[in-house]
Amino acid sequence: MSSEWTKKDYWGAVRSRISAFRMRYAVEPGLYAIGEPGAESDVFVTANYKLSFDTVRKSLKGLNAWILVLDTKSINVWCAAGKGTFGTDELVKRVNEAQLDKIVNHKRLVVPQLGAVGVNARAVQQATGFRVHFGPVYAKDVPAYVNAGYKKTDEMRLVKFTMLDRLILTPMEINPSMKKFPLFALIALILFGLQPSGILFKDAWAGGLPFLLLGLAAIFSGAFITPVFLPFIPFRSFAVKGWIAGMIFTSAIMKTMSLDVLPAISSYIFFPLASSYIALQFTGSTTFTGMSGVRKELKIALPVYLIFTALSVILLITDKLSQWNVI
Amino acid sequence: MKYLLDVTSLEFFPKKCTGCGRCVDVCPHGVFAMRDKRAVITDSNLCMECGACALNCEFGAIKVDAGVGCAAALINSIITGGPPSCDCGGTTGSDCC
Repeated sequence: MSSEWTKKDYWGAVRSRISAFRMRYAVEPGLYAIGEPGAESDVFVTANYKLSFDTVRKSLKGLNAWILVLDTKSINVWCAAGKGTFGTDELVKRVNEAQLDKIVNHKRLVVPQLGAVGVNARAVQQATGFRVHFGPVYAKDVPAYVNAGYKKTDEMRLVKFTMLDRLILTPMEINPSMKKFPLFALIALILFGLQPSGILFKDAWAGGLPFLLLGLAAIFSGAFITPVFLPFIPFRSFAVKGWIAGMIFTSAIMKTMSLDVLPAISSYIFFPLASSYIALQFTGSTTFTGMSGVRKELKIALPVYLIFTALSVILLITDKLSQWNVI
Repeated sequence: MKYLLDVTSLEFFPKKCTGCGRCVDVCPHGVFAMRDKRAVITDSNLCMECGACALNCEFGAIKVDAGVGCAAALINSIITGGPPSCDCGGTTGSDCC
């Protein structure tokens, strides 16, 4: 197996970042050779998500090594370790299946540090005789780690979350929101087009267009702006961060439009909250948010979302009924 | 970057610690450090509850309620009553993780 990336590998890396293609981007689990490894060569363990595998083999350029790929259903090491698929049992199974004890004459397995979420080093040693060394968080540090005699610097232990890291994640935040957008657009257009005489296309368009724009802005602020500018938006709560970003965008767009009072109030209520909800989803993609914190946020945020969404709909319906002189 | 303060379920029992240093080795946020041949918690607010330390502590000195910190997973678990899962329904079109 080469440590070089082909054009196809680069294209695959891009596709896996932007679409559900990532769920099928897999390599066959098992043992791979990089360079010309022998009985003394190191064994590096990784996931069968092709982007994980490719990142590891790229970092091993110039080395002779074995890569043991676990079946993680095409999920990266950290997420798979969280689910348990990158775990003790799977590692033991693959070590035995590859008959690793006959291939190498040492007892070292280098497992990515983030794999420790699913791999119990002691249990692996008891079951296979192989000693798990938790390597660096990032594959790019592997050569330095090996050269230092399997020692990590403090830096190599820490997971980062740079602006570029966050930017790369945003397509997969925008995608799911955009999937729900057509439904939102349909409801908005029907609501605005609805007249006693039927649905008027002209009214639907004139009244609904501002709402469609505001909806897109909420997605943009919640799924793009909040993740990218995460540490620069005040407060720790993602729901609050998303609401602030959403409020800025909603206000900016509202200034360019002349909505009636009730639809305007309704917009100011609903769209910042939509941005907040979308931003809260990003907790699932960060490297530093924990379950207890997210649970606490949801406990407060979910009732707020439900109550105020209902309120904004009621305001819109009230507006509609007063136009029709019903009330 | 730090998330909400004083929410982590991380518990450390210093009496059980033998000073092997495994927790320092596996924590991706530097929550543990070695001091006088024993582990100490530097800042529990850095903890993201991944569970690597507790799983790899042979002496049961660490306890943490580990799980996916994903809003969608937690909302799903509230709706279905099941445990939080990252699988988003298990379809191949999953957009989680």
